[in-house]
Amino acid sequence: MSNPKDSVSRTVMVALILCVVCSVIVSAAAVTLRDKQQANVINEKKMNILAAAGIEVVNGDVEAAFATITPKLVDMRTGQFSTDQNVATYDMRKAARDPLKARALTPDQDIASIRKQSLYSTVYLVEGEQGIERIILPIHGYGLWSTLYGFIALESDLNTVAGLGFYEHAETPGLGGEVDNPKWKSSWSGKKVYAQGSYTPAIGLIKGKAAKVDVHDIDGLAGATLTSNGVTNLVKFWLGENGFAPFLAKLKAGDA
Amino acid sequence: MAKTREILLGPIFTNNPIALQILGVCSALAVTSSLNVTLVMCIALTVVTAFSNFFIACIRNQVPSSIRIIVQMIIIASLVIVVDQVLKAYAYEVSKKLSVFVGLIITNCIVMGRAEAFAMQNPPIPSFFDGIGNGLGYSVVLLFVATVRELTGSGSLFGFEILPLVTNGGWYYSNGLMLLPPSAFFVIGGFIWLLRNSKIDQVEPVEYKLASHTK
Repeated sequence: MSNPKDSVSRTVMVALILCVVCSVIVSAAAVTLRDKQQANVINEKKMNILAAAGIEVVNGDVEAAFATITPKLVDMRTGQFSTDQNVATYDMRKAARDPLKARALTPDQDIASIRKQSLYSTVYLVEGEQGIERIILPIHGYGLWSTLYGFIALESDLNTVAGLGFYEHAETPGLGGEVDNPKWKSSWSGKKVYAQGSYTPAIGLIKGKAAKVDVHDIDGLAGATLTSNGVTNLVKFWLGENGFAPFLAKLKAGDA
Repeated sequence: MAKTREILLGPIFTNNPIALQILGVCSALAVTSSLNVTLVMCIALTVVTAFSNFFIACIRNQVPSSIRIIVQMIIIASLVIVVDQVLKAYAYEVSKKLSVFVGLIITNCIVMGRAEAFAMQNPPIPSFFDGIGNGLGYSVVLLFVATVRELTGSGSLFGFEILPLVTNGGWYYSNGLMLLPPSAFFVIGGFIWLLRNSKIDQVEPVEYKLASHTK
């Protein structure tokens, strides 16, 4: 090694100094920006809940709009409200991955292909003077390429859909990705989930256009049969007997 | 002064990294389905290229040649992580759409290519401008591709509706192909064809000639 720049000790030295400097810069950026990033994540979730509930955000003030909403935990085994866990920190997705905090679903139960379901679910209540005005339920399930995560909001009769929205999916843009289409999403509101006197969900997507008078059918997504089936299945699962049906029945009877 | 101008503006049309050097095409396919996302990606890449060139040029005389690629990678990777963190904090919506592609700037051939080809031989200030120039060259192509794709694929520009879609009660049938990554190949091809029509010197000499038919 004639050139001192290329000696072994020099090489190690340069590598070490560079690594230290770069790691300090990277960690400084990560630490100083962490609060802001976490605030963004929470904010986004609130926006999604508000969008599903059909509550308008005035002047971008999410906090003010969210003040009318109370999150509560529901024990999926009993269908009743539960205070066993802290609602502010409970994370359904994390819980679903933990064998102690989730239950495995048998293939016949698991129509939404989610395999494991967390024991508790976070639901959001919009309360007014006459009690519950709207209830927002988390839903998720498999479409064609990805798991769709979203919310469905029900009116105070616990049967009429107030709104629906997915905040995370990776379906084909232009086909299955049309689950984000505002016009299609608005076609959900006013539809009934259950037929009179039953707690088996009748709501679902059909091929082609749904008749205007039909209270359970929703237009299918053109060119996206598998995504449409996935959406039907996940809505049927989460509003069915292994989902929120027992809870909604109890809530209606007044002993949730 | 004339030299700075050449370094800064040269890569936009005469020596465009994507169109002439055919570098960094991968992200041009992935992030060009809507203009908003593309614009942020362009800014991110320009910033990373400019600063990585600058820092690498600053220490170019200290770097042992045996580990120079690793040194370049460390600097580029650190800058990309910082940019990614800043985006997550201040442009959360867009950063979610860009997802892994910000991280993939690390492997973008333009950044690495300019560090190795320019910054290792030139002082910091010209290197910085070279980074900006190449970032702009990349941006021109990406914005062109994104404009075509968003307009024909979703009937909008920057999310504002230009051609009302049939699904929203308008007249325009959106072209679903344009929303999928392969369509960018056609658009980039079209861009290169347009560019080489006006700058004939960029046309590569034919590598082989068909022999004429015997009789």
